[in-house]
Amino acid sequence: MELNVNGAAVYAYSGGKTFDAALPCVVFVHGAENDHSVWVLQSRYLAHHGFGVLALDLPGHGRSGGAPLASVEAIADWIPAVLDAAGVKAAALVGHSMGSLVAIECAARHPARVAKIALLGSAFPMKVSDELLTATRDDEPRAQDMVNIWSHAAIAHYPSNPGPGFWVMGEGLRLMQRQKPGVMHVDFAACNAYANGEAAAKEVKCPALMILGRRDVMTPPRAAKAIAAALPAVRTVEIAGSGHALMAEKPDEVLDTLRAFL
Amino acid sequence: MAGPRYPGFDTLALHAGQQPDPTTGARAVPIFQSTSFVFRDTDHAAALFNMERAGHVYSRISNPTVAVLEERMAALEGGVAGLATASGQAALHLGLATIAGAGCHVVASRSLYGGSHNLLHYTLRRFGIHTTFVNPRDLDAWRAAICPNTRVLYAETLGNPGLDVLDVPAVAEIAHAARLPLFLDCTFTTPWLMRPLDLGADLLMHSATKFLGGHGVAIGGVLVDGGRFDWEASGRFPELTEPYDGFHGMDFQEESTVAAFSLRARREGLRDFGACMAPATAFQILQGIETLGVRMERHVSNTRKVVEFLASNPAVASVSYPELPSHPDHALAKRLLPRGCGAVFTFEIRGGRPAGRKLIETLKVFSHLANVGDAKSLVIHPASTTHFRMDDDALRAAGIGPGTIRLSVGLEDPQDLMDDLSGALRASQKA
Repeated sequence: MELNVNGAAVYAYSGGKTFDAALPCVVFVHGAENDHSVWVLQSRYLAHHGFGVLALDLPGHGRSGGAPLASVEAIADWIPAVLDAAGVKAAALVGHSMGSLVAIECAARHPARVAKIALLGSAFPMKVSDELLTATRDDEPRAQDMVNIWSHAAIAHYPSNPGPGFWVMGEGLRLMQRQKPGVMHVDFAACNAYANGEAAAKEVKCPALMILGRRDVMTPPRAAKAIAAALPAVRTVEIAGSGHALMAEKPDEVLDTLRAFL
Repeated sequence: MAGPRYPGFDTLALHAGQQPDPTTGARAVPIFQSTSFVFRDTDHAAALFNMERAGHVYSRISNPTVAVLEERMAALEGGVAGLATASGQAALHLGLATIAGAGCHVVASRSLYGGSHNLLHYTLRRFGIHTTFVNPRDLDAWRAAICPNTRVLYAETLGNPGLDVLDVPAVAEIAHAARLPLFLDCTFTTPWLMRPLDLGADLLMHSATKFLGGHGVAIGGVLVDGGRFDWEASGRFPELTEPYDGFHGMDFQEESTVAAFSLRARREGLRDFGACMAPATAFQILQGIETLGVRMERHVSNTRKVVEFLASNPAVASVSYPELPSHPDHALAKRLLPRGCGAVFTFEIRGGRPAGRKLIETLKVFSHLANVGDAKSLVIHPASTTHFRMDDDALRAAGIGPGTIRLSVGLEDPQDLMDDLSGALRASQKA
């Protein structure tokens, strides 16, 4: 579905059902250089199980127009405008990687609009190596390969995503290649520059869930400890055998954990 | 500083798509000889049917053994998904039927495997899909044949029977300028000789019966989705970009930004046409793929020796192989096929049909049959077999001479192949 957010067209996948603002709302926020489709199974399931689902394409990503927002804080302040456009008072925010930082910051800044937060593949600080950050600016294909290789813990996945016969690493690369030139650097620079994670986490009042890949080398579980310690009410689940691309590598485990929390 | 890198070709050929079986520890790919798979509960069943969870329901739609083959081929080609089918013909049909229907048009190379030509020229026409055939070397002809209702450009990476090397980047550019995908039959090249997605192609198919399986034991096909073509931006593919009543109003492009084609091909094509691959077949083809790199290297090195031998034999009028300077696509082959031009080629024997017949009947190591891409060397003489009803003029129109012999060079000791050919060529000249 298309939302008009502050005059700009924003795309949100509603899980294959017409969005109903009267249902408990779950907003999915993707990570850097991605779009809504990283959540396809989880968002589709929840949409068919009693939730109103908005899996967003952030500004400048996927089908959403405009330029990418340049900071985690800016995206966090944009989320309430999305909720306004959809007619939603408060929603659970589910964020992956950069999206997880958005969820923390948004919950701290706009507590009345955020009912719960689920953080996948999260870390703070989310420092990006100089080599990768430079590559996102100067050599996107190389940066995409680096991120894609580091994001996957295995070269075979069962039951794969979105179903058998799909090559998860191939999909990961192509999805990044579909984003507009320049988006990748804005996203990674935003992750790298975000300094308020621990302070924001302390301000979060709502229940929180962390889902971490035990074999994640982009945001390893140890790098999530500071956030987990700062969040007042958090449950942490580590998924064995998963890297950073949790939703594709372990779709059932992610869904079951999310469903129990939401 | 060297960055991270993807696993290499041979590693993917052995590992992509499969981990040791978590229940039994089996290292080889198990044959899941089961039509159907038990649901955990009713909610799990409903979620699988509605594509809210991934998993297997019924082996016509997907099967764990077949899925390993599909994912491995997608990995080897650098695509996003694979779909295994009952045969190469079924893969071609599935690919075309997913994006074209009655009233649609295809532009295809005229240098195609006869079965593909039959499907396009006769059978699909009966279902309202029309094809214009063009000389694959004539880029202007490709451009000129595109109509408002064209949905796809189709060709072989190495064409039949003259091994025309397709200028993949150039034809892809023509296709993309018209907002159309380029669909290629890669049977003769396999991903070891060429990765056409890297050159601009969008959809690939293989007759897995040939070099992928490699041992002449199983019929199968594979379709690979490159994941790069933007169906939405093209505006020509409502099958992928508008709600599909046949699957709960699903808009496949919304579900998957990069794999809409594969979703529709599986959810409609495998479901409704039903030309699925059997799990035992997938296992046999996977055994072949595990050694694809090693075998193709030997296929090519044997072929080079046989080509060189034939080119200097007095009983041979000409040899058609793109690595020879005399082949019209020699320069293109050097650019696009640096690892070799495969193991199937033709030569012209002096003495026409009688000589061809005598050669076939004298060969001992080469097997006379209608297949290519086996570990064993194969031979066929079209004028006395597949095309025996045609007179010499009709043969010429089909690009075949009365003395044309097609070889598929196998993995035997190359000296034995040359000795076999040497004796048979000598005998042929006395026919």
